[in-house]
Amino acid sequence: MSWARLAAIIRKELIQVRRDRLTLALVVGIPVVELLMFGYALNAVTDHIATVVYDESGTASSREFARAFENSTYFSLVRWVSSRDEAMRAIDSGEAKVALVIPPDFGDRTIAGRLTSAQLIVDGSDPSVAQTALFSGGLVAQAQSGVVTLETLARAGAGAPRGGIELRPVVLYNPRMVSVMFMVPGLIGIILQMQAVLLTALAVVRERERGTLEQLIVSPVRPAELMLGKVLPNVVLCLVSTGLTLLVARVLFGIVPRGSLLDLYVLTLPFLFGSLGIGLAISVVARNQAQALQMTMFTLLPSILLSGFLYAREGMPAIFQAIGLFIPMTYYLQVLRGVIVKGVGLEVLWPQFAALSLFAVLVMTVSLVRFRKTIE
Amino acid sequence: MTSVSANGDLAISVRGLTRRFGDRTAVSDVSFDVLRGEVFAFLGPNGSGKSTTIRMLCGILEPSAGTGTVLGYDIARQPEQIKQRIGYMSQRFSLYEDLTVRENLEFYAGIYEVPRADLAARIDELVAMAGLNGRERQIAGQLSGGWKQRLALGCAIVHRPPLLFLDEPTAGVDPVSRRDFWTMIHGLAASGVTVFATTHYLDEAEHAARVAMIHDGVLTALATPAEFKSGFLRGHLFGVTSAAPLRALDVLRGLPGLVDVSLYGDALHVLVSSGGAADIEAALTVAGIEDGHAVPIAPSLEDVFISLMRRHQDPAEQPR
Repeated sequence: MSWARLAAIIRKELIQVRRDRLTLALVVGIPVVELLMFGYALNAVTDHIATVVYDESGTASSREFARAFENSTYFSLVRWVSSRDEAMRAIDSGEAKVALVIPPDFGDRTIAGRLTSAQLIVDGSDPSVAQTALFSGGLVAQAQSGVVTLETLARAGAGAPRGGIELRPVVLYNPRMVSVMFMVPGLIGIILQMQAVLLTALAVVRERERGTLEQLIVSPVRPAELMLGKVLPNVVLCLVSTGLTLLVARVLFGIVPRGSLLDLYVLTLPFLFGSLGIGLAISVVARNQAQALQMTMFTLLPSILLSGFLYAREGMPAIFQAIGLFIPMTYYLQVLRGVIVKGVGLEVLWPQFAALSLFAVLVMTVSLVRFRKTIE
Repeated sequence: MTSVSANGDLAISVRGLTRRFGDRTAVSDVSFDVLRGEVFAFLGPNGSGKSTTIRMLCGILEPSAGTGTVLGYDIARQPEQIKQRIGYMSQRFSLYEDLTVRENLEFYAGIYEVPRADLAARIDELVAMAGLNGRERQIAGQLSGGWKQRLALGCAIVHRPPLLFLDEPTAGVDPVSRRDFWTMIHGLAASGVTVFATTHYLDEAEHAARVAMIHDGVLTALATPAEFKSGFLRGHLFGVTSAAPLRALDVLRGLPGLVDVSLYGDALHVLVSSGGAADIEAALTVAGIEDGHAVPIAPSLEDVFISLMRRHQDPAEQPR
C-alpha cells in the first residue's frame, strides 16, 4: 500500500467530482428533490376522500348524518347527486371514491327510534383508500348512532345514560401522526443508499468506458489502492449529503432528530460502507454507465419495497419478511426511525449496528476479491 | 538475478511465448529479443496477437507457455517490478478528459511516485517536450488529437522509464502530428530509452530499427526495414504503367515466372522470379498493349507484408 499513490487517486477523484455535473446533482440535487417528492406527494395517511351523497330522505337528520361524514375530515362532500346512477357514474369517472346513499325512510325511522340503515359505496381500486373509507365510515355511523340514541332517550323523557367504556389513547413519538415523520427518516436511508451505490459504480465504470482503467492496470497501482481511492472520497461526499438531507428535512418539515447526531452518524457508517460495497460489486459487472444506473435502481427496489420503508413489514407474507432480514435497509430504517423519531441511540440499536457491520464486511470482502480479479 | 547480468544489453527477451484463450491460440510460440535503446516495431493487422503480446510483456497477462524477461525481470513472476519501470501508452490515449493538462501529468507522477522535489521541474520539462506551453490549465478533453497524443506520451514517461510500450500510438492522428510524434520518439531513443511499438501502419514501422511481423499469432519475419525491402521478396519487383491497367493486369497474370501482380492506384506492381523489364513489356506488346512501360522499383513494406501474408496463408490451409 503506497500512500502517495492512494493520495494521487483521491486527489484526482475529488477534482473530477468538482467538475462533474452529474455527480454534483447526485450529491446536492437528489436530497432536495426526493424529500420534496416523497415528503409531500407520498402522503401515507388518507383523508378528504372525495364523496358524493344521494340523499333520498331529504330530512334534517339525513343532512346531519352527511355532515358528520364531512366533519370527520376523512371525507369531502364534493356533490349532492339526485340518483343512484349518478352516484355510480361519479365513482366510475373518478370524481368520487365514495358514495353515501341515504334511503327515503331514513328521517322517519330515526325519529321513530327504529333501526335505520344507509349505504356506503366504496371504490376498491385503491385498497388503502377503501380501507380508510370503510373504517372511518363505520366510526362516523357509530358516533352518529350515539347522538341519535341520546336524542331519542331525551324525547322519551329519560336521563342521559351512565357507564360505558371510554378509550383514551396516547400516541408516542409522533402524536399528530403526520406521515412525514414516517416517510422522511426512511427517505434519508433511500437517498444515502442510492448515492453511495451509484457514485461508486459510476466512478469505476467511467474509467473503464474511457480506457483509463487500462492505463491504471499497467501502472504499479494495486487493486486495494484503487478501491480505497474510489471509496474514501465517496464516504465524505455521502456523509456531507446526509447532513444536507437532515438540514432540508428540518427546514421543510421541521423534523429535528430527537436522538444524538453522533449516534446517528456512527450507526450510519456500517450502512454506508455496505452500500459502497454494493457499488463496487456493480462496477465489476457493469460495462457502461447506463448499465450501472440500471443495476443501482435494481438493488434499490427491494430496499424500498421489502424493508418497511413504504409498507409495514408486519403486513407482508412470511417469505418476504424473511427476505427483508437480508436487506441492510431493513436495519438502517430501524436506526433512522429509532434515532430521529424515537430519540433512542446505540444503547438500543446495537443489534442493528452489528447486523449492518456484518453485511458491510461481507460485501466489501466479496467486492474486493472480484475487483482484484477484473483488475489483474 | 542472473538473468540481468546474462541479458544486460537486452531490454526484452522472450522464448516460445504462447497465450491461449480457451481453444483459440492468440499468440503462438513467439521468440525475439529487443536491444536496449532500440526502437522495435511489432507489425501486424488487427487481431493478429499484437495486443496480447504487449499485455504479457507488461506483466498484466500470464503466458500459457514460454518464458520472457523485461528489463531483466521475469514477466510471469515479477510483474510489479516491471510495472514500475515501464511506460505504456495505448491508442486510446487514456487521459482524464475532465482534468487539465497539468492535473493529468500530476496524477501520473503521483501514481508512479515521482519524488516531490523533482515533480515541478519534470512536469515543466514534459510540457515543453509536448509543445503544450501555455496550455497547462486547459482541460485535456478540449485538446486536438495531436496534442492529446503528445500529452499521453508525457504521462507515460513522467517517471523516466527505460522502456516504453506504445500500442498503436498514432491511430486517428493527422500526418503532421504523426511525424512530430515520431520525432519525439526518436529523441527518447537517442537518450537511451527502448521503445516497443505495435502498429498496423506499414509506413510507421519504417521508423523502427527492426520490425517483427506477426500474423495469426505467429511471428512470420523479423528484420530491419531495409532487409525487408531487399531480401524478403522472392524475385524482382517492377512498376508497370499503361493507359489500360486493368487489361494489362489480365495479361500479366499469364506471364511466365510471375509471383504476384496487383494494382496500386493506376499502376501495377509485378513481382517475378525470373526475367526483366523487357520481358514484361514484350508480353504486353504481344497482347496488343503498346504503351506498357516497366521499371524496377524498390518495394515498400506493404509489398513485403502482402507477399509474406500470402506465403503464410497458403500453408495455413493445409492441416498443421
